[in-house]
Amino acid sequence: MAVHLFADALDPWGTLIRHQQALTAGQFGATAVFVGTMRDFNEGDDVQAMTLEHYPGMTERQLEAIEQEAREQWPLEDVLIAHRVGRVHPGDPIVLTAVWSAHRQAAFESCRFLMEALKSRAPFWKQERLQSGQNRWVKSSTPGM
Amino acid sequence: MTVTVRYFASLRESAGRAREEMDAAGVHCALDVWRRAQEGRPLPPGTLIAVNQEYAAADHPVQEGDEVAFFPPVTGG
Repeated sequence: MAVHLFADALDPWGTLIRHQQALTAGQFGATAVFVGTMRDFNEGDDVQAMTLEHYPGMTERQLEAIEQEAREQWPLEDVLIAHRVGRVHPGDPIVLTAVWSAHRQAAFESCRFLMEALKSRAPFWKQERLQSGQNRWVKSSTPGM
Repeated sequence: MTVTVRYFASLRESAGRAREEMDAAGVHCALDVWRRAQEGRPLPPGTLIAVNQEYAAADHPVQEGDEVAFFPPVTGG
């Protein structure tokens, strides 16, 4: 069980490897991973940087609740959710969701569920810094399904 | 009765503050908190509300010491 917020660089692959090393080998047969990375374009504009705001306390509680819901719906060996906060630049990883399960169906489905639930419920907000120098709040997420 | 009011993202910017302690005497629900704190400014459409860091409806009752937060739709991930 793990929910992590990173105020500095998030290294999704290193985080993933370290997390998996602590699991019992042989207990899981499927690992599904999603990594979200910052683009340098959005809605037709060039984006220079982005600030990720969150609600300390509530954000962690929401992520923990989402993880708990996934565990109730699928047989999961473990779950990892990591998210950046603060200033990010194009190419920087923003989010990591990973699940370990005995079989791929539970792994694929629950990893998808974690991301969609995070996108719709976890209190994070993005403010983009456009190439033009303008700051713009992202108004809504793109549909994932 | 006192409550803590918190604003995030674009609502923080439009309110000009991130948090405030507010005298909430006579206030019954989360929407009442907004009306008093924002002096009648309408709640922007799509605004999400949390009471004590859990999502809540606009008519959710409010008590002494509660933390009531207002924020726009979330855009993480």
